Amino acid sequence: MKRLLILGGGTAGTMVANRLVKELESDDWKITVVDESDTHIYQPGLLFIPFGTYDKKDVIKPRRRFLPTDSELILAQIDHIEPDSNRVWLKDGRSLAYDYLIITTGSRIVPEETPGLAEDEWRRSIHDFYTLEGALALRDKLRDWEGGRLLMHVTEMPIKCPVAPLEFLFLADWYFHEAGIRDRVDLTLVTPLPGAFTKPKASEMLGALLEEKDIHVEPEFNVERVDPDDKQIISYDERTIDYDLLVTVPVNMGSEMIERSGMGDELMFVPTEKHTLKAQHHDNIFVLGDATNLPSSKAGSVAHFQVDGFIENFLRAIRQQALLPSFDGHANCYIESGFGKGLLIDFNYDVEPLPGRFPLPGFGPFALLQESRANHWGKLMFRWMYWHLLLRGKELPIPAELSMAGKWN
Amino acid sequence: MTTLQDVSLDTEGFMVDPNAWNPEIAEALAEEEGLAPLNERHWAVIDFVRKDWGETGESPTLRRITKQSGVNTKELYALFPKGPAKKVARVAGLGKPKGCI
Repeated sequence: MKRLLILGGGTAGTMVANRLVKELESDDWKITVVDESDTHIYQPGLLFIPFGTYDKKDVIKPRRRFLPTDSELILAQIDHIEPDSNRVWLKDGRSLAYDYLIITTGSRIVPEETPGLAEDEWRRSIHDFYTLEGALALRDKLRDWEGGRLLMHVTEMPIKCPVAPLEFLFLADWYFHEAGIRDRVDLTLVTPLPGAFTKPKASEMLGALLEEKDIHVEPEFNVERVDPDDKQIISYDERTIDYDLLVTVPVNMGSEMIERSGMGDELMFVPTEKHTLKAQHHDNIFVLGDATNLPSSKAGSVAHFQVDGFIENFLRAIRQQALLPSFDGHANCYIESGFGKGLLIDFNYDVEPLPGRFPLPGFGPFALLQESRANHWGKLMFRWMYWHLLLRGKELPIPAELSMAGKWN
Repeated sequence: MTTLQDVSLDTEGFMVDPNAWNPEIAEALAEEEGLAPLNERHWAVIDFVRKDWGETGESPTLRRITKQSGVNTKELYALFPKGPAKKVARVAGLGKPKGCI
């Protein structure tokens, strides 16, 4: 009996377990998932919590319910991986041997990396929405906030869901309009990037949308520290920006377990082969989802496209066959733009987001890189698809490899 | 003094072929960036970046540079003011750093 060990039962880990359980003979393989908690958070939903659209109950479900019944779930903290002896050590002293290992431990925010952030004003005048606690605290803050200067601040790239800060601003613009205080709120995006987004066409398009909504941008701002008492953020080149309310995306890092295992880069992400998802230095370890160091977006849609090609490659690996370069960096993101509308972008390692129609060329129903109501409904519908189709490894009506059909160059 | 006449640069001024780089070209590029003359600390950064590129094939991120070259972020900004990521890559003859997506 061989053992496949999956570290992390989030979006990527759950999808992989559900897909592989159908492919591997249960007489030959035991699939074990290790996670520290039994709560699965629908992370794309966290964005909507500060504005009261979703509540806690809308974004959490028991992890176990989404894992295959034939698999084993161990709820424990992982201490480290010992790749040379094919063994994973848990914090409680137990160890688990494996034949193949899949690392899906994701990415997390580390506010402690920036001086002044995680101190007395944390979750008072300095907030995040990348954790459930953070999103709930920000909701409470916004409820009786009377206006002032709100900074949506990105500390350092890469971050999980790189469009979320823009969506936050679009939704905040709408929210403050509805509350009748938009004229008393200054909204500013502070980013280390040269513009609203990394890719030229999308950056231009999204930049124009920000301007239309009277949202300012402070580009190329690399924060050194926050002064929580004077309410200022200070950059390495000594620029300062004042705020009344700081909403920040702190530094994103992989699991500390990766660092304890000596397997991470400087952000604790695992060096991974770009097209096969195999760990660079180990032939029986694969890395999926946000835990990789790949230059693809850290997002659930990316994990989904990874899994499609990965299944075939995993089966090739256990048959000692050469791996195929199946992953092209494909990402597909709905961007909420407020007032019941949204945008959709579709891109990969080589092709930047372009305008067009998706997924059916010329028809849609979704419009690429432009606002529409259908895109907004697509995003809300996605929560249902996430729990019922995506996690369970069922077919989604979207191909894994990016298609140029329907895109306008 | 080397001129940049014989060096192929892309539209943004980054060297097309990192293997064609040499220290004289670095000085000439630094001159254009207003960084010349390069001192020992500039060279600590450039040497690290060249070495790392040789090993990984990628331009290292700022975080990687500050974690491994012995030059901290504050100093890096003093040495290569306003946008050290781009300036370091350009002077070291590497391509424009890829923004993450």
